[in-house]
Formats: sequence, C-alpha cells, structure tokens
Amino acid sequence: MRVWLNKQRNLLDFSLSSLSRRRGKTLGMLTVYTSIVFVLASVMLFSHAIRREAATVLAKSPEVLVQRMVAGRHDLIPARHLDAIRGVRGVQSAEGRLWGYLFDPAAAANYTLMVPTNPRIEPGKVVIGDGVVRVRNADPGDLMSFRAHDGSLVQFKVDHAISRESALVSADLFLVAEEDFRRLFGIPAGMFTDLAVSVRNPREVGKIAEKIDAALPDTRIVLRDEILRTYESVFDWREGMLLVLLAGSILAFAIFSWEKASGLSAEERREIGILKAVGWETGDVILLKMLEGLVVSLSAFLVGYLLAYAHVFHLGAGLFEPVLKGWAVLYPKYRLTPFVDELQVATLFFFTVFPYTVATVVPIWRAAIVDPDQVMR
Amino acid sequence: MRKSDAFLTLSAVLLLLLGASFADAARGLVREEPALERKAEMVGRLGLTDLVLFTEARYTRHPSQADLHSAFQDHPFAMDHFPTGSLLPPPILKGRP
Amino acid sequence: MIHLSDVRKAFNQGKANEFWALKGIDLSVRAGKVTVFRGPSGSGKTTLLTLVGCLARPTSGRVRLRDRDISGLPERFLTDIRRSTFGFVFQQFNLLKGISAVENVMIPAYPLGRDRNELSERAHALMASLDIAAKAHSNAEWLSGGEAQRVAIARALINDPEVVIADEPTANLDSERSRQFLGIVETLKASGKTVLMTSHDPLVCDTAVVDHVVSLRDGQLVESR
Ligand SMILES: Nc1ncnc2c1ncn2[C@@H]1O[C@H](COP(=O)(O)OP(=O)(O)O)[C@@H](O)[C@H]1O
Ligand SMILES: [Mg+2]
Repeated sequence: MRVWLNKQRNLLDFSLSSLSRRRGKTLGMLTVYTSIVFVLASVMLFSHAIRREAATVLAKSPEVLVQRMVAGRHDLIPARHLDAIRGVRGVQSAEGRLWGYLFDPAAAANYTLMVPTNPRIEPGKVVIGDGVVRVRNADPGDLMSFRAHDGSLVQFKVDHAISRESALVSADLFLVAEEDFRRLFGIPAGMFTDLAVSVRNPREVGKIAEKIDAALPDTRIVLRDEILRTYESVFDWREGMLLVLLAGSILAFAIFSWEKASGLSAEERREIGILKAVGWETGDVILLKMLEGLVVSLSAFLVGYLLAYAHVFHLGAGLFEPVLKGWAVLYPKYRLTPFVDELQVATLFFFTVFPYTVATVVPIWRAAIVDPDQVMR
Repeated sequence: MRKSDAFLTLSAVLLLLLGASFADAARGLVREEPALERKAEMVGRLGLTDLVLFTEARYTRHPSQADLHSAFQDHPFAMDHFPTGSLLPPPILKGRP
Repeated sequence: MIHLSDVRKAFNQGKANEFWALKGIDLSVRAGKVTVFRGPSGSGKTTLLTLVGCLARPTSGRVRLRDRDISGLPERFLTDIRRSTFGFVFQQFNLLKGISAVENVMIPAYPLGRDRNELSERAHALMASLDIAAKAHSNAEWLSGGEAQRVAIARALINDPEVVIADEPTANLDSERSRQFLGIVETLKASGKTVLMTSHDPLVCDTAVVDHVVSLRDGQLVESR
C-alpha cells in the first residue's frame, strides 16, 4: 500500500514535470479546455435554472386558456363563449382576459399590455414592469402617452413599478384599466383576448378541454401542462443556437483530442522509449500519461465549472446577454435562482474528463508497445 | 514543496470550492424561496403564462400562447429572422387535435 | 553470469530487406568483471548489448541470466529483470530534456514506489560521487557531453543494478574525459559491479581495468580474450 502510494505520487510528480516542461502547450491546452468546460457548464447551469424557475413559477398559470382562431390566426373571442364554457361539467369558473402588445415608439420596445382584475387599476393609471422603467426612465407620477387606434391620444400616469425581483415574469408588463385597454385598441365591450378557465378537478382537465373543444369548434385550447412543457424544453440542447454552440465546442474538443491522439511527436516517442529502456513497464508509461491527462482535465473541469457557476449565478450570465437579447430592446435584468442539478454536473464531469483522459492514453498505448531497443540507435 | 503536493493541495482547494458552490446554491435556494413564492403568486394573480425572456417578437414573448404558425405568418416559407427564435421549440401540444 | 549460446538476431525478418545482425554468438560474461565488445561500426555490438541487457529478444538461440533462460520470457518479465539487474548508459545518453539532472537520475526508480526523500538523497549522493553534484539542478540539455554522461551513469546506478551496460561510452569524449570515465569504471568494478561496454577505442580496450575483450565482425565472434 505504502509502496503503491509512493509510486503514484512519484509518477504524479514526474507527470507534472513533464507538463511544465511543455509549458506553452500545456497552458494552451488548459485554456482551451477550461473555456470549453466554462461554456458548456454555463449553458447547462443557465438553462437548467431557467427551466426549474419556469416550472416553479408558472405552476400558477391559468389551467385552461381558450383562444379563438380565425383563418389560422389568434382572434378576439366573444363573451358569449363564456356561457358555453360555464355550461361544461367540471368547470369551476371562466373569465375573459384582456392582453396584447403595445409598441412604444419612444423606446422602440414592445410592452405586454394587460388588464388585471385583482387589484383593478384605476383608469388613467398604469403599473409598469422593471424593464419598462428602465427603457423609459419612468418614475411614479410620470406621464406616458400613446396614440390609440383612431389616432387620439391616451395618457397614462405611472402609479408604481413592479419590483425588480420578479422581472423574469413581469419586466415588460404594462398594467392598465379595462376602459383604457379597450379605448387604446378599439376593442368593443363583450370581446376578450382569450378566456381563462379553472376546473374543479385538475385530473379532469383533459376531458374538460375536449368538451370545450367540441362545444366551441372555432377555438384552440392551451393547457397549463402545455405551458410547462414548452418551458421544459426551452434551451433544450436541440435548439438551434445551443446546438451550434454545443456542436462547435464538441467539434473543437474532438479536433483537439484527435490532434493529441494522432500527433504523438517523435520527441514523445523517444521519451517513451527511454522510459521503457530504463525499466518502466508499459503500464507505468500509460499510468504516467493518464495522470498527465487527468491533471489537465481535472483542473480544467474544476476551474471551468467554478467560473461558470460564478458567471451564471453571481454575475448575471453576462456573456449570454447578447445572444438572449436578440433584437429586443427591452431585456429583463433578473437574478437566477441557483437551481443546480448535481447529477447534471456529474454528467458534465464524466463527459469532459473521461474522453480526454482516454484520448491521451490511446496513442501512448500504441507507442508504449514498441520495442525499447530502439533507443539504443 | 513537492510538485505533487502543490497539485494535490490545489485540487483539494478547487474541490472544496466545488463543494462550496453546491452549498452556495443550496443557501441561495432557501434565500430565494420567498421570492419564488411571490413570483408564483403574481403569476396566479395576473394570469401570466410566460417568462419575459425575449421581448422581440410575439411568439417569443409568449411562446406558449403563440398560434402554430405565428413564426411563418407572413408567408409559409418566410424564414424566422429573430435570433431568439432558434432558442425556442414550437409549442408542444399534448396529442389533442 | 550471462551466457549466450548460438544467438542470432535478424532485423526485418521475412521481408526483402532481411538482415542478420548477429549470426551465431556463443559467449559468457562473468560476474564482477569488465567486458568490452570491440569491432568496426555495424558489426553488431549494440545489437548484442540489447540482447544481453534484455532490451530485445534474440531471433534464435538462448540467453541465460545465471540459471534462468530469459530468451523466451514475455515483455513484462523482461522489464522486471532489466530494471533490477541492468543499468544502461546509452550512446546518446538519452536524458530527458526540460527537467533537471537529478530528476533524470531518479526516473528509473519512480515505478518502484520508493520514498521520495530517500530517493532524492541517493540521487544526490550518486551525483556527488560522480563529481557532478553542482549540476544537479541544471536542465539536462544544458550539460556538456562529459557531464551528461555522468548523469546518465548516475541514472544507470540509481536502482543499484548488478550489471552496468554502456554503449560506446568514449565515442564523444576527448582522451582526458575518456580516462576519467575509465576511472569511474574502476570504482564500479571495485564495488562489485559487472560492466559491459562496446568500443572500438584502443584506449579502452588496452586498459588494465578491462578483463575481457570480445571482437566482432559482421555479426560473428572473431576473437575473445
Ligand atoms: N532496427 C534495425 N533494422 C534493420 N537493421 C538494423 C536495425 N538495427 C541495426 N541494424 C543493422 O544491424 C547491424 C548492426 O548494428 P549495430 O549492432 O548497431 O552495430 P554496431 O553497434 O556494432 O555499430 C547494422 O548493419 C545495422 O544497420
Ligand atoms: Mg553501436
């Protein structure tokens, strides 16, 4: 045991010496490797946290939403549909919702206009999300005016702002009174954007949706489950940008390991020959190279992951901002709740450390079985 | 100091930091718990359906509410020209017509 | 101590460029003595050393180390024997570049799992006895030929082998340094080691310390005294 431990430490010493004498190469490798781990881990932590946050927060979304479809487009839904829905067995309540988008030319940003029922907003007042506050530099008491559908001016006085804490669900909200909403867009009374339905028994939600669908053929139904599922797969690895990102780094990684795997230099071969000639077994040489690979990959993994953790949860995932922002002007400033999946971290560990270590060993294996008498030449 | 000792010490420190990051995450979860509840409460009260991740287009602002073809509504062959469209899947429907 | 009987060695056997480097060698190397293989370049001296030193296996014939036939042993066992019995000083010294001389000296001992402090002490002591203590922490590539050779000798001795094998040890040295080397050989012999070397240098072959000279030509023994 003692001997075994000494041997491992001696070999570790030597592998560190070997790495440090190829300092440039080692540092380059560490840098590339660490940044790959950093990018992968950042994406992983970020998307997992977003998904979990969505699952937690959106669990309170409306159970069933009924939209009217006209020629394949979402259209206003008449209030009389409410009666039809209330008549379906198992429906607890149904209410019309008013919401939509408002383009603000002053900020070139899109807001989400909404009419809350609890508490109601007084006519002429508006409650704004944190993103709106930032793009408009708005304070309570400020006036904001918009042109209505008929060209007349509609003015809002900022009542208060929604706290930044909830920016992830509220940053672009623009909460107004029903009268103002209808006046702005010219939506007649008796028409709604969509209908929110709650059911008595959550297990029957599928059945009830079917019945509503049968009763109102011109509608499309969105269940809370579907909302949650949509967010389960947001930032999934299949999604374009992430795929490109992942494919890019995996490709870089593959090229990089391939370079290592095939590019065993004459110098390295000679060294392996010397080691074998002075009495190292093939197994010792392989252990040495494995330690070299492990030193690099373990350090890269740990440093890359820790940097990614700090980046995503303490520095606001700043590097992703340009990607996530897209063309949007209004971008929420939120702090992610640190949902970390240890199993995912373990998977990342396995997929970054293991292949690299193997990739370093494979060519050595080939070289280590050459005859040691070559070094006498 | 022996090179291997230096490396092992460094690794131990990094491993400790890794452990600390898990602890930090666990503490963060506890700390954010009330905020999460407040957010969920607001979602319930206002009937919100989506996260404010991308505000550039209707179907990225409210992906769960977008009708199936909103990305292509100008023309069936129109390319999606918003970058964030590539971060989202189409809404997932549950085997219903 | 080491006995060779009818040893032959072919390179590229079965191919168009097949070459028999050794064509039937019978030879005994006695323990505690200094033996020199002499012969012109290409006569098979180095090849013979690799067979004796368990770096390679003969194509046919037997190599016995004491009473053990080692010509048919698998690689693993050969490595074991090589590590415990032989110390090599290669013609090109074959030190590893970029690491210090003393680390080079310790390399053969790493897989044995010896305590690092003891090992380092022993390496320094060996280097001191070879008069290169001052160079212990220089990188191998900064050493002069004579220094590099002495580092290589220290490396050959770190595992305390019974046999020290040196290929053309004086080929790169002037006569002054060559004499110094023979001095080292003398102390090795005095400490009970068997020494085997190749050389075509009369200075080496005619020294008192050398007990046996074996002459080779075209892979065959021509003379042995
Ligand atoms: N790996 C090899 N493949 C083919 N020929 C070899 C190989 N090694 C040595 N030889 C040949 O074997 C002969 C003996 O070589 P060597 O033992 O190195 O001679 P010496 O050391 O006496 O100069 C030389 O002609 C050399 O070209
Ligand atoms: Mg030779």
